[in-house]
Amino acid sequence: MIWNEKMECMGHEDLKNIQSERLRNLVAYIYKNSPAYKIKLDAFGISSRDIKSVDDIEKLPFTTKEDLRDSYPFGLFSRPVKDINEIHVSSGTTGNPTVVGYTKDDLKLWAEVMARVLCCAGAVPGDMIQIAYGYGLFTGGLGFHYGAIEMGLSVIPASSGQTKRQLKIMQDFKPRILGCTPSYALYMAEEAKALGMKPKDSSWKIGVFGAEPWSEAMRKAIESTWDMCATDVYGLSEIIGPGVAQECQHKAGLHLFSDVFYPEVIDPKTGKNVKEGGKGELVITTLTKQGLPLIRYRTRDIVSIKYEKCKCGRTSPRISKISGRTDDMIIVRGINVFPSQIEHVLLGIEGTQPHYQLIVDRKAGDLDELDVLVEVEEKIFSDEIKKLRALEEKIKKEIESVLGVFVRVRLVEPRTIERSEGKAKRVIDKRAL
Amino acid sequence: MKLIQISIFLENKKGRLLDVCSLLSAGKINIRALTVAESDNFGVLRVVVDKPQEATTLLKAHGFVANLTEIVGVEVPDKPGGLADVLKILSKHNINVEYMYGFLEKSSNRALLVFRFDNSDTAIEVLKTNKIRVVGQKDMGVL
Repeated sequence: MIWNEKMECMGHEDLKNIQSERLRNLVAYIYKNSPAYKIKLDAFGISSRDIKSVDDIEKLPFTTKEDLRDSYPFGLFSRPVKDINEIHVSSGTTGNPTVVGYTKDDLKLWAEVMARVLCCAGAVPGDMIQIAYGYGLFTGGLGFHYGAIEMGLSVIPASSGQTKRQLKIMQDFKPRILGCTPSYALYMAEEAKALGMKPKDSSWKIGVFGAEPWSEAMRKAIESTWDMCATDVYGLSEIIGPGVAQECQHKAGLHLFSDVFYPEVIDPKTGKNVKEGGKGELVITTLTKQGLPLIRYRTRDIVSIKYEKCKCGRTSPRISKISGRTDDMIIVRGINVFPSQIEHVLLGIEGTQPHYQLIVDRKAGDLDELDVLVEVEEKIFSDEIKKLRALEEKIKKEIESVLGVFVRVRLVEPRTIERSEGKAKRVIDKRAL
Repeated sequence: MKLIQISIFLENKKGRLLDVCSLLSAGKINIRALTVAESDNFGVLRVVVDKPQEATTLLKAHGFVANLTEIVGVEVPDKPGGLADVLKILSKHNINVEYMYGFLEKSSNRALLVFRFDNSDTAIEVLKTNKIRVVGQKDMGVL
């Protein structure tokens, strides 16, 4: 079933007309309502009059995560805070987190695109969904929640964690749809086996997995272990949260809802659009958002896009799975982590020189693990083990409170962290993503 | 009357203790006492040597994190209850022992132990008042 057949299966010409009209309105709207954007657009010497069609989008400046940080918390919003109905928060690179806001209409849009996602994954009205994404400041839980209600699913807002309870709910209520991070799906399978359950007998037949990168090998593992169809969902809080793109049952790329989120693929170095089908950084313009509309937002995710019509009937452009990042962000258990956040914590702890390294690993059927190696400097060294242990614990607690992710801290000898050309290698990702 | 101990940070990696000992050996530095305290991933090697300043410079030059700590050498009667008597005195005066270890001693008519106290000066005073012999660098043959 296709949730919004008109929009999702529209001919390319009609779609382009809608995108062009929406882009013109967007630029005029942002210019009028967001003082920060007005300055930016004026500096670029561009106004809505310069936008004849969506092809003119390249004339517009990019928006980056740093723009959001610099205008923390609400500076980039196009609406006064009293018109904002919901606020979500995700990681920033340093210091301040990234704050996003939704008006009532934005929440309707979110419900609409998430309803498209769930239909695209294969859900039908009347299905039951177990939402095991975190509810709260993270957009995962509530995004799925709104979409599921919009399309008429029975919602179990289980949120993340408490695996035994998740499994009992699944056994007793028999939901057909599961939403969570892909690594949590595998983790639950291990738990189920340990409890003597047979994952193949589970009621979950469709999984909508996202919030972290995952491989085809992982998809096969999830599908064979749970005997379900595992689909990939894409999104980021700056754009809307989950609901930007979703795989259909053919699993041939993620359908991106380009009538509302206009995609471009650029060369991250030159900022120019790459040739159609080429790999590059995904840039998205939110064509209809009100609270925090963004022009040409640099997602830092590397993808390619194809435009041919899919076997499922949708004409929407399809993005490949994310093949990397143009910055040093890593995603650990669905949470965005920037090495600079850890650097910030270490600098704040007296005497700690930030010579550190992050090691991310994911053992088969387990969740991501993040080790933080910190080189011991003379200033913080003590002959007493208990003081060194207390230091490890302090670093661990502070990092965990900033990141919201469990970490292990290990003190190491100086100059043991690998340096290339004098620059330390900050992240070692051992996961097969 | 205090002794100087060198503390060295070591990761729990094969051969690290050997690396330190080889380095000291090459520098013609003699180890008089040694103990290793360990945690999950790292350990702290504590040594008393004949040339502490020289040894520290050498270790630091080779990338080790090392610092100097004042410890107290105590002569304990080499008989049953000898250590207990000393500890009783310390306990009575609320002196906390952070850690302690034995000393390599060739002549065997006395037992030498080194103590790390919170406050070395107070500890030394208490020990002396109670007629316990506190030994310095020279007595220990490390000067």
